[in-house]
Order: sequence, then C-alpha cells, then structure tokens
Amino acid sequence: MSKTDFTRRGVLKTGAVAGGAMALPTIFTSKARAFTNEPTGANVTFGFNVPQSGPYAEEGADQLKAYQLAVEHLNGTGADNGMLDTFSSKALTGQGVLGKKVEYVSGDTQTKSDAARASARSMIEKDGAVMVTGGSSSGVAVAVQALCQEAGVIFMSGLTHANDTTGKDKRANGFRHFFNSYMSGAALAPVLAKAYGTDRNAYYLTADYNWGYTTEQAVREATEAAGWNTVATVLTPLGAGDFSSYITPVLGSGADVLVLVHYGGDMVNSLTNAVQFGLRNAQANGRNFEIVVPLFSELMAQGAGENIKGIIGSQNWDWKLENQIGAKYVGTNAFVQSFGNKYGTPPSQSAQTGYVQALLYADAVERAGSFNPCAVVEALKDFDFDGLGNGPTTYRGADHQCFKDVVVVRGKENPDDEFDLVEIVELTPVEQVTYAPDHPQFAGGNLGTCNPGV
Amino acid sequence: MDAIFLQILNGLDKGSAYALIALGLTLIFGTLGVVNFAHGALFMLGAFCAVTLNRILTISSTSIDPTRTDFLGNPMQVQTPYVEKWFGTEFGASLIEWSVPLAILFSIPIMAFVGLAMERGLIKHFYKRPHADQILVTFGLAIVIQEIVKYFYGANPIPTPAPDVFKGSFDFGVLIGYEANTILYPYWRLIYFSFAAAVICAVFAFLQFTTFGMVVRAGMADRETVGLLGIDIDRRFTIMFAIAAVVAGLAGVMYTPILSPNYHMGMDFLVLSFVVVVVGGMGSLPGAVAAGFLLGILESFASKAEVIAILPGINQVIIYVIAIFILLMRPRGLMGRKGVMET
Repeated sequence: MSKTDFTRRGVLKTGAVAGGAMALPTIFTSKARAFTNEPTGANVTFGFNVPQSGPYAEEGADQLKAYQLAVEHLNGTGADNGMLDTFSSKALTGQGVLGKKVEYVSGDTQTKSDAARASARSMIEKDGAVMVTGGSSSGVAVAVQALCQEAGVIFMSGLTHANDTTGKDKRANGFRHFFNSYMSGAALAPVLAKAYGTDRNAYYLTADYNWGYTTEQAVREATEAAGWNTVATVLTPLGAGDFSSYITPVLGSGADVLVLVHYGGDMVNSLTNAVQFGLRNAQANGRNFEIVVPLFSELMAQGAGENIKGIIGSQNWDWKLENQIGAKYVGTNAFVQSFGNKYGTPPSQSAQTGYVQALLYADAVERAGSFNPCAVVEALKDFDFDGLGNGPTTYRGADHQCFKDVVVVRGKENPDDEFDLVEIVELTPVEQVTYAPDHPQFAGGNLGTCNPGV
Repeated sequence: MDAIFLQILNGLDKGSAYALIALGLTLIFGTLGVVNFAHGALFMLGAFCAVTLNRILTISSTSIDPTRTDFLGNPMQVQTPYVEKWFGTEFGASLIEWSVPLAILFSIPIMAFVGLAMERGLIKHFYKRPHADQILVTFGLAIVIQEIVKYFYGANPIPTPAPDVFKGSFDFGVLIGYEANTILYPYWRLIYFSFAAAVICAVFAFLQFTTFGMVVRAGMADRETVGLLGIDIDRRFTIMFAIAAVVAGLAGVMYTPILSPNYHMGMDFLVLSFVVVVVGGMGSLPGAVAAGFLLGILESFASKAEVIAILPGINQVIIYVIAIFILLMRPRGLMGRKGVMET
C-alpha cells in the first residue's frame, strides 16, 4: 500500500522555499550592482516620459516620435542614420550603446508633476530604465529631475524653459539641452528694441507657475535695460480658457506692447483673444500696438492660425535653419529628412530637443565606457559638440545647461504651406545669451554631487 | 467708465456661455433628476461639429505642382477642395468661410441624436440610482468622449475662424460719445451674446407657450400625477434631454471663433457651469440664466489689474467666493425651489 505525503500546506511551503531560493541569486546580484539599473543583459532600457494627454499632448506626441527615431538610429535599424552622420562626436556607431541594443519604455506625464513622478518611478523601479528623458513643462521637469537625482539615474530633460531647471532647482544628475527664459530675454530685447523702438510701455500677462515667473522676469529685465517701461504684470490662471477679461484693460492702461507669457493652448487662446479685441490694429501712445510671445513653438503657431502673423518670439531650434541660415546649423537637414520621411511632417523643436538629448546621453555613455550615472555626468560636463542642428554647443559643467545660439522668429505673413508658419528673424549668437552660473535669475540652487543610486 | 463698460460687455459675453450650458444642465436636472457631468462634453462636441463641417467642406483633391517643393524637397502636393471644383472657386471658398454659421444647421440633428443615444443608451439605467452614481457615470462618459475626440482630432486647439464679415470690432465709444477706438468690442462676441439670448428665449417660449412645454413643466412639478393621467412623460423627458444637448451643442458651435476648440474645452466650462446652477438654484431655469450672467460679469471685474493689485488671486476664486456668500444667505440659491435635492 502506498501513501503519499503531499498535503496542500506542504506543497505551498515547499513552493515558497523553492521560490525564495530561486530569487536569492537575483537579490544578491541586485545588491552587487554598482549603480541603479545597471544593464546586465544584451539590452539597455531608456525611459521616455512625455505628455501623452493634457494640454501639451501634441508636443509630447512629436517628442515621442523623435525618441523612437533616435532608438532606430542608435540601433542602426532606421532607414538612415539621422544626425549620427553629422554629430561631431563619432563614438556612436549605430550598433547600440556599448554593444547593447537600446529598448525603451514610455510613460505619460499628463503635464502634472505627481503623474510625471509616478510614471518616472515606475519606469525606473519596474522597467529598469537606466535613464529618463522627455517632458514639455518646467513644473514636470523640476519634479522628475529631483526624483531621478534621488533614484540615481540620469535625467535628460525635454522641453523645459524656466530658469529654475538649471537654476535654483538644478541637480547633478539632470541635464538640459533646451534654452531658457534668460536666453529668450537676452535674445529678444535687442530685436524688439530695433523693431519697435526703445521707449515702449509693456503690459505682461503671465502664466501663474514657475515658467511664467522666470520668463516674465527675464524679458522684463532685458527690455527694461533696453529702455522699455513696464506698465503692469498680471498673473493669469493656467487653462483660463477665455482671456478677454484680462485683455480688455490693456488698451486703456497706457501700454503700447502686450507681452503674452503663455504657452500651449493658453497662448493660442490669449493671442486669439488679443487679436479679436483689435490689439493688432490698435494705436496707443501714437504708435502701432504690438504683441510679443517670448516662447514660440510651431505646434502653437498651427493652433493660433493667422493670428500669429507678424508676432515676434524665440525658439530653441527651427527646421529651416540649415537651409536658410547656413551650414553652421548642420544636422538640421539630416534630422528633418529622417523625421519627415518617417512621419510626413517636419519635426517641432520639442522633437529636436528630445532626439538630441537621447543621442547626447548615448554618446556620453559610449565615451565614458559605462552606464554609471557619475561617469556619464563626467562625460557630459563641459562637453563641446556640433552637428546636432544648433551650431557649436557646450554643456556647461557648472549648471548642466547647454549654451548655443538662440533663434528669434516672427509669425510668417504669407506661408508657403501648412508647415511654413514662422520666419527666422535673427540668430542671436551664444555669447550674447551666456550668463554667469551665479547670475541672480539662477541663484539659490546647488548642483550637489552625482548619485549613482544603490 | 469705459473700462467698466468693457468689463460689463465681457461679463455678458462670458455669462451667455455659462447661461447656455447651465440652462441645459438645469433642464436635464429638472426633468430627469440626473446630475449630468457629461454636459460639458456636449458643449465640446458642438464645437467639434463646426470643426467637422469645416473638414468636410475642405476635403480636397490632390494635384502636383512641379514648380514648388515641399519641406523634403519633393514636388509640392496642392490641395483643391472639391466644393471649389463643383460650385466654382468663389462660391466654394465662401462656403468654407461660412462653415461656422452653417454648422448651426449641421449640429442640430447630430446633437439631438447624441443626446437621445446618451439618454437611452446609458443614463436611463441610472435614474433610480443615487446622485453619486449618476455623477460618476456621467463624469466617466465625459472622459471617454474627450478621449475619442482627442484620438480623431489631436490635442492641439484647431483654429475655426468666423466669416471675414464678422472680423473686426464694433466701436461702442463713438456711439456713446467717447473718442474713437476707446471701447472696441469684437463683432462675433456681440453676435454670440445675441444668439445666446435668442436661444434662451426660444427655450423659455417653448416651455411656456406650447402644449408639449406645458406637459413637461407639469411633469417637472409632479411627475407621478402627470403619469397617472396617461401621459408618457418619460418620452417627453427624453426629448428634453435631446433639446438640452442641442442647446449645449449650439453654444459650442458659436463659441469656436472665440476660442479655438480643443478636446478638453468642455471640462473648463463644466465646473463653472455647475457653480452657476447651484448659485441660480437647482432646478430653476431663470435662476441658471441670471446666475450665469451675474457670475460672468463679476468674474470679468475681478480680472482687472487694479482689483488684483488690491486682492491678489481674487480673479481665480471670485466665482467660488460669491457662491459661498450666496449659499450662506440663500441656501437654495438665487431662485431655488423648496424640495429640490432635499430630503
């Protein structure tokens, strides 16, 4: 007679012990890792954290397309090599990064700091992302940058323009390719003074969050230095919808210039309202009334339609740079061809900054010979490069901010086609927009030291 | 003085949008007893009816223009709308230009259908459930509708301008003895206000002077008795839901030249419209309209730089402060009736 000793409890106990024993080696190996999410297999995972819903979803969608293109180029699986051919550093070969095939996970920031942090945390803890990149809001960038610093991964920010990202909220593990509020102010002030005179009276409508504050301050200080007077600064709630009640007091205020420190849908709405209320055709103080939008984007120009015509603003990059300004901005055409052939539209500046950040990270890893965040930080520090569409550029070690020329643009009066919405007015040379790391607009922050995690 | 006049105009204009949405909300609440959080989505769908008609009218045939190149250096593809081919360039172009006013006709059957489908397909199953359930399901529905619209139209605002004749501004200053160019108000906003007034009057007239309206009002007052008289009140209430959807849709269509429509524009209006309904008094149609205009005007004044200088941030909270104040003074709202939402 045979008797089996199997009981339900017995099986469960044995299973638990066996499971624990099998998990043991990974627990030990994870302890043995030198830094957070050290890639051990044949692949390495990048985390693309972009707004896929919310007011900046369109910028996020374009950015994600660019990241996917970057992954193809890094792995050598694309139809061409994009900017790899024009990039001054030749460390990347299209064979992956350090011989590992690049994979990616994407998350939705929803343009909300808490959602963006949750999505970045999930990419780091669950998906094993070795770096996080992307975003289209400074509030989100600052929040995710702080998280990446704590977690011990590199954060290559996306579209973030507030001074704070590389100012009072800078972190050693965070890097910004996009330009900032100070640079917009410094680039715009001379152009505005030349176009509209040095004795203008400006009225500011400012988005009520960190980007709005620093951009208003930067443009105000730069234009006041050029002789302008500030009549009033009014904070407007994010997503106000109809701005008419903020626009109507402008004409009677003694101002002859309206500066709209708004971005995305808010900018489209406030500009549309301003044009509807006749500000574009109005006269004030005996002169034509003018409107200025410090931070432009092609996607916003599409939303604003013909209201954008003749309005001056600044951009980080424009897809027409190489054709219209010259070979100094090499890389632009390679990227536009690559992106245009794959997706059928020219890339936005949001796409370009994302693509470039992905390449810069991969290149730094390749040059450092390691995915260790501290090695990457060393490789990016004071790194001079060219051929990525913005002309000669430096990643300054003191604050991890890129320094390059700034594009001043104007809404085009007679567009050739649906993509030809802005014309390039001037390229402000990098020297004119460079500032000391301890400039008052950037004061109060501490870069700290790199954190490899674990 | 001129600034005050402008802010009153602004308030009337904003108030008309609030009033139209709140009117629809109150109609639905008063008849079916449902708190419809998807009402903002109906406003947004109306706006997208205008966008859709514009897209339909601009469906184009493609030809190649070898003399021009696109951004990739390939020969440029030129789009010619079929309406311009069929009806001549001039008439075709003016059809496209007038797409927003034309969308009024286009949107009525669509919104009525959406309203019927929403009521029969989903909301009727929640009549006997608590208000909290109704709020959850309609809020969820609003999110679903938003995401569907985003999938097809993207997240960016889509410019949908008014016909050229209505561009520019009316000079009120000259009319009341001020200098020229001191009190300008855009033509289209004046049209919006007049349109809203006409729609509101039409709804009231319909309820007041037609037999159908009389039955509906009787049903709102005492549903059970009307039902016992052998009248199919549910069918009439379903039609009222469709009418409320059409009112919200029309408000959205006409709003497109003021704000380029995007998929979440409904949510921006919804919360404020609910405050309007509560301040006006749950279930009171005149209350909703009056509160819409009142809050619109107060919000306009609170946005003046001088007011913000004295009370920073007041522009963002004024509506809620007034709501608290009115509810403390008159707990049923301005014109609320006894017994509504009370047990």
